[in-house]
Amino acid sequence: MHINEITAQLEMTIVSGDSKTEVLGAYTSDLLSDVMAHANEGDVLITIQAHRNAVAVASHVDIPAVIVCNDRPVPDEMLEAGNEHGIAICTTPLSQYEVSGRLYTLFAKEP
Amino acid sequence: MSTIPINPEESPSFISELIYQLKIKDAMSTRLITASRTDTLRTVQEQMKEHKITGVPIVQGTRLLGIVSMDDIIRALNDGTIDEKVDVAMSRQLIVLEEEMPLAFGVSYMDKYRFGRFPVLNKDKELVGIITSRDILIALLVEFNKEAEAREQEPQGPPDDAQIRREFAVKKFDFEHAGKPTSEFKKELKGLGLAPRLLRRIAVASYEIEMNQVVHSDGGTIAMKVTPGTVEIVAIDNGPGIPDVQQALEEGYSTATEWVRSLGFGAGMGLPNAKRSADEFEITSSEQGTTVRCRFELATEEGA
Repeated sequence: MHINEITAQLEMTIVSGDSKTEVLGAYTSDLLSDVMAHANEGDVLITIQAHRNAVAVASHVDIPAVIVCNDRPVPDEMLEAGNEHGIAICTTPLSQYEVSGRLYTLFAKEP
Repeated sequence: MSTIPINPEESPSFISELIYQLKIKDAMSTRLITASRTDTLRTVQEQMKEHKITGVPIVQGTRLLGIVSMDDIIRALNDGTIDEKVDVAMSRQLIVLEEEMPLAFGVSYMDKYRFGRFPVLNKDKELVGIITSRDILIALLVEFNKEAEAREQEPQGPPDDAQIRREFAVKKFDFEHAGKPTSEFKKELKGLGLAPRLLRRIAVASYEIEMNQVVHSDGGTIAMKVTPGTVEIVAIDNGPGIPDVQQALEEGYSTATEWVRSLGFGAGMGLPNAKRSADEFEITSSEQGTTVRCRFELATEEGA
């Protein structure tokens, strides 16, 4: 699914990047090494890590989008990094638990 | 053997260096067979026969007056002048070399003048030796031998067949630029058409050991070397070293500070991640620094 199709359900705003970015699954973690070890290519990253290194990690393992939870402010340098690597950045007031749960349901409904 | 098959311009650099390093005096023969101007040509002919030489310098003391060659003797035999003094038959138009000249001069003189031998003078114009193409070849062979032996003694490092080599400096706590080297490596490898899964493994290992330097070391370098069939990522830092490498390789063990952890690093997964991702993993550490080497085989990956 494309991230612009799930903004309402996840109460999220796409703050930078392509709104048509396609995600194939999701991985939830705030430990970046854990993300690198276990996230799959095409997963959206659900995290509270709002800094450029989270984007770097995403790019290394081909994560196309990052959802920053709990309305954590996204610094400009993170947006820049997102643009540089072609990774969409979204924010939401929801917690990682909420986002993960809702997204899990959405993926489960996918044909 | 009147010419030497060496062209100073087109020879391998080792030979052209050698013929400029060596001097005429290193190759010339100092065992001089000479005659005086009052000797007869027959005397010279006997000298040639006895010493198996083809030319005899004619001297007065150490001063070179001329040279009598085999050709001169043959002519004298023909003309019936063999019992006359050398004075009448010797060549006085002499091409000489100086002992301090590079051997390259000798090589080019041999080609240019087509003489079998050249008298060698010192800077005081005294005759000190004679040089033939044979002397030059022997001197070169001796030097080749010395060089070959010296090269055998040298510690043999693995031959450097790197096709691509990239290196970046990594600074302590420089989270801002962290990940850039890995991005560059990945970009480069992507261009080579590596399989996505392999690319990911390399990126993970590279980023982990890079972050390890950022978080724990006093700074260092991270490098990628691509050779036919392998990719190698090597991180070398300047200390302070890992006290217990085995422990550092255990998942969950970390010495990272709170604020490093708050960034999502320092969970004790870095080195284990890198190790798991690499086909070969090697770490050495002392107080002087830590070296982490991750190797990847290109052939083992499906679709690579």
